[in-house]
Amino acid sequence: MALEDICGFQDTPLHRKCFPASHFEDTAISFDCYSAEFRGLKKSGRDSGIPLQFFLPSLPNSSPFNHRSTSHFSPSKHSVTVRRPFPLSHGTTTLGFIFQGGVIAAADTRASAGGLVACPAVHKITPIHSHLVVTSSGSGADCMLWERILAREIRLYQLRHRRCLSICGTAKLLSFMLHPFKGTDVCVALTLCGWDKEAGNTDSSFITDNSSSAGFSSQDVSAIAYPSSPNRGPKLIYVCSDGARLQGDVFSVGSGSPYAYGVLDGRLRWNLSKDEAVSLAREAVFRATHRDAYSGNNVDLFHVTAQGWSRRKREELKEEYYRDMERRTKTVGERKRETALDALG
Amino acid sequence: MLSSQSYQDPGKMKDYHYSGPVEHRFSPYSFNGGTVLAVAGEDFAIVASDTRLSEGYSIHSRDSPKCYKLTDTTVIGCSGFHGDCLTLTKIIDARLKMYKHSNNKTMTSNAIAAMLSTILYGRRFFPYYVYNIIGGLDEHGKGAVYSFDPVGSYQRDTYKAGGSASAMLQPLLDNQIGFKNMEGVQHIPLSQERAVQLVKDVFISAAERDVYTGDALRLCIITKEGINEQTVPLRKD
Repeated sequence: MALEDICGFQDTPLHRKCFPASHFEDTAISFDCYSAEFRGLKKSGRDSGIPLQFFLPSLPNSSPFNHRSTSHFSPSKHSVTVRRPFPLSHGTTTLGFIFQGGVIAAADTRASAGGLVACPAVHKITPIHSHLVVTSSGSGADCMLWERILAREIRLYQLRHRRCLSICGTAKLLSFMLHPFKGTDVCVALTLCGWDKEAGNTDSSFITDNSSSAGFSSQDVSAIAYPSSPNRGPKLIYVCSDGARLQGDVFSVGSGSPYAYGVLDGRLRWNLSKDEAVSLAREAVFRATHRDAYSGNNVDLFHVTAQGWSRRKREELKEEYYRDMERRTKTVGERKRETALDALG
Repeated sequence: MLSSQSYQDPGKMKDYHYSGPVEHRFSPYSFNGGTVLAVAGEDFAIVASDTRLSEGYSIHSRDSPKCYKLTDTTVIGCSGFHGDCLTLTKIIDARLKMYKHSNNKTMTSNAIAAMLSTILYGRRFFPYYVYNIIGGLDEHGKGAVYSFDPVGSYQRDTYKAGGSASAMLQPLLDNQIGFKNMEGVQHIPLSQERAVQLVKDVFISAAERDVYTGDALRLCIITKEGINEQTVPLRKD
């Protein structure tokens, strides 16, 4: 126990209960204020707002009020950066884009830690629910755990409110959950790729005047079709631990993203067929893995439509590299012959 | 492990000329060496570790195995900082007991893996310096290996090496068990005898080239009959 005091170890169960991540509960209230039952639930379950308990180290001679003041959970204020003796996994290429047939999400499968390939077959694209997949980039452990926390929160929302949270709502929830960790070395850059099944509710700020004329209530969700409503259809939103939350049509994240953007910007159009879109995504990841040292191994590809997500079989890029090498030797051979002919004639 | 050297005591192995006054902060971590390996087969799993406990240039103990039995079908191998290994295994044992008392059943291997992931991530800002590998049988009786990084990212594999000699052993396992980078070879499934022999050979090679690995090898073979332990001597120098 003396060691606990020296290290400032506040990990007792009693302390956990009083170490609230009350910040989470505050943020939970601020965007959920239209739902009265949620507040009732929050009182009954102590842990309803807290995704995960975190232990924060503190210096021995830091003032004691730091861990006594339990009103704010902000790891960036308290935590001393304990120097880690090991590298964490980073480095990736992921991309997502919207086209007429839905959303395509693609990623490589290499996890590198320092100069070593920690794992050659990681899943960087994870389904959260039937109509949402998330591509992850940044630190591997952070992404995996935050995806788990997000899936849990979305499922809880679905059980409490009997409907699926919209993709924009999911992105906002994730962004608010990550906000307390801004300034620490949590490194998470997720792209939510999904399809909104239902028309949005009345509180959403995206509803325009001409679509709300029928006066629908939040119960009346699937009956009325609003083809022009911006809330239905494919969505692509980028959320990062620095606080960015951006909606767009094409995103690529990671160390290999400049190479992927080059390929995508050249050939991406709205009216691609599904096969063309799949082959474009695959080509973009392939080129990025070729040029970026920290990306490689295989390509994972997911396609999200109104019916849900479907997964293409994981493809090893080794064969593709050999085919590409043959093509290159052929072009080099032709160029040599041409220059030789020019030199003669 | 190559990358861990750069994070260790930077003053010790570097150049010997005076470059100015340096302040050494107290580091709560220390590296105690050791290698752990796990292999999963069709109906068995093997978790193996060496038994050397070292620190810097000294050897603290020649008989400190790094495999810990969790349940009748699960063994965990922990290498890295020995203090954190001990505490982590105590915490896992306590959580296993709590689960048994509240749910009246033993935790399955994949449940233990998921739980360990959250335990490790709870210490994201002051991590347990432990490289974990869990080996065991899943609910269908097939072998399963779960490998972790120190902050909780995990993945189910067929084979994995962790610890100081992991960078040397993993490519060998990729070739012999995964048949990677071999052309025209028949992919025969791994039998228990071949797996045990492979693990012994692999550790003998590791003891040759890694200073932190040696003394003895402790093998835990997990089958539906139970856990069978073997000890094999290795180089003591």
